[in-house]
Amino acid sequence: MTVSLSDPLTEPLSETRSVPLLELRDVTRSFPGPPEVQALKGVNLRVDAGDYVSIVGPSGSGKSTMLNILGLLDRPSVGEYRIDGVLTGTLSEDERAAVRARRIGFVFQSFHLMSRRTVFDNVMMPMLYSGVPRAEREARALQTLERVGLEHRTRFLPGTLSGGERQRVAVARAVVSKPSVLLADEPTGNLDATTSGEVLRLFDDLRADGLTLIVITHDAVVAERADRRVRISDGRLTEVESAAA
Amino acid sequence: MTEVTRTEETESARVADSAEEGSAQERSAEEAVPALVEPIPRADRFRFTDLLIEATTDIGSRPGRLVMTLVGTVLGIGALVATFGFAQTAAHQIARQFDAVKATQVVVAPAQAQTSGGTSVATGRLPWDSVERVERLVGVESAALVADVPLGNDTVTAVPVNDPSAPAVAQPALIAATPDLLDVVRGTLTTGRMFDSGHEARGDRVVVLGARAAERLGINRVDSQPSVFIGGVPYAVLGVFGDVQTRGDLLDAVVMPLETARKERALGAAGQLQIRIAMGTGPQVGEQAAIALVPGAPETLEVAAPTASSALGENVQADVNIVFLILGGIVLLAGALGIANVTMLTVMERIPEIGLRRALGATRRQIAWQFMIESIVIGLLGGLLGAALAVFAVVGFSLAQQWTPIVDPWIAVGGAVLGAVTGLVAGGFPARRAARVEPVTALRG
Repeated sequence: MTVSLSDPLTEPLSETRSVPLLELRDVTRSFPGPPEVQALKGVNLRVDAGDYVSIVGPSGSGKSTMLNILGLLDRPSVGEYRIDGVLTGTLSEDERAAVRARRIGFVFQSFHLMSRRTVFDNVMMPMLYSGVPRAEREARALQTLERVGLEHRTRFLPGTLSGGERQRVAVARAVVSKPSVLLADEPTGNLDATTSGEVLRLFDDLRADGLTLIVITHDAVVAERADRRVRISDGRLTEVESAAA
Repeated sequence: MTEVTRTEETESARVADSAEEGSAQERSAEEAVPALVEPIPRADRFRFTDLLIEATTDIGSRPGRLVMTLVGTVLGIGALVATFGFAQTAAHQIARQFDAVKATQVVVAPAQAQTSGGTSVATGRLPWDSVERVERLVGVESAALVADVPLGNDTVTAVPVNDPSAPAVAQPALIAATPDLLDVVRGTLTTGRMFDSGHEARGDRVVVLGARAAERLGINRVDSQPSVFIGGVPYAVLGVFGDVQTRGDLLDAVVMPLETARKERALGAAGQLQIRIAMGTGPQVGEQAAIALVPGAPETLEVAAPTASSALGENVQADVNIVFLILGGIVLLAGALGIANVTMLTVMERIPEIGLRRALGATRRQIAWQFMIESIVIGLLGGLLGAALAVFAVVGFSLAQQWTPIVDPWIAVGGAVLGAVTGLVAGGFPARRAARVEPVTALRG
């Protein structure tokens, strides 16, 4: 019972609306041992464009493995993963890199900002790989920094910013190339309640703009902001509930 | 079953797409997934300038680390360039000393022409006042007119006895010259004195002996006023000279004043004009001497003047080079290992950055090249610094020694290029290692 939004901006290049944006089918990911570990066991997940999904679960439950597979950073051992109905298992390394660059935005728990580059340069960087027209890049970076409320921090180094600001820079970096989906791995894990609130409000705004969000968290407050909550436990997935859009 | 069908569809879609685009090899990664991403216009793709900027932006961000990386290359390239520079400078210096005599001698002789009978005859003649004529030229330090005096059947002996039963011995050569001869050939007297312009003007019967000729004649001192007998005519021996720096044949000769030879031995013409010149004036004196001597027909004289180049210098240089080249090579190898080590360390340190870039869509190749270019730039930087320091060292050392510093500019340029090549070689392994970093592991934590 997923909700399909019809925002033309984020609607992928699919021919029919019925094709989900992301789809995991019977995905198992095992890591060779000894002992062999099955991080995901026969997972099925369908995410439509515009969805705001939270994936909750204790540590070691396979959350990050799933996010890595969704973000094309890892491959399923068994099963298939489709984006816009296209099977990703057949893509080459370079093709996967191209899809990451242009369709997927990442936000990490530890921000992963480049400490020796300014806020502005950090936000500029993904556009190198995603091929945003050169003439638009600077304006796009400024616009995105404005969007996250950091237009006054463009020339600062990340080390001089607060945790919440840093995570907002990371969000700006993740969305500057206008991806189809934003994958966030414990985005508030290193933040206090106040700054967590800043980031979550930003997610709400992005969601309102029609961006598809998948947030991994073990924080119930964060999870509840999402429309859909998916619980993962011992590598198995269960849909918690569907919130009304 | 569904999956297989889907896969085939995707494949065929991609093949169709690539056929439109041109050859499959030319497709870039960005164009390759038609269903998921559209091709990026060429102008907006990740290009070499982007790579260069990304690779060089952070080079100076840790100056201490940069210096550590540079030291090896700077030393290696510096040693190589300095080696070449010192070798060239030293070789030039050595050759200059060896060549000093050769480079300061000009010989003028009448040109020779072949007769139909196969013998050669002189086409011109040196005037008797040749010495005065050339001494006026700039660069000429001294000059002497020299002639071989034929002995005919006459003998040169130290005693006036003609012993028909004595075994035939080789006669010393008889040479006539103006008094400046010893000065021109830088000869030194071992005993006695040289004849002077007075003897020359009067045509006195005096001689000086070359050391070997004196030994053969049994004359080793002049205080007893010995004489030699040439064709039975006595000549007073004024001195014995032991050492000449050119015209070694003089040591075997009995030398008499030119005027004496004309008077006593009926000398018809001078054989050659020996000129000592200042260093570096060879080509100029060579050009002017014949005109000064025979203005009407300078082509009748042949002038042998030193040229600028020196084969000896090159030989010495080659010997010195090999030794130092090996040393420089070893230092450079150490430098390359230094770059490789530090680049490897940098790669390990920057694994999170590599993971981030891969997550943001950088391909393995782009990552590898980023580190490669960084390494090449550091190598080039080291090469430039090393070459510059080496040139300064050579110039400084030469100044202190009052030598002429010589460094082939191509060696300095080559040093910088070699630095870049060192960076290329040293960066290869770390760059491959960087490209293999898995984003999943790199981003963990």
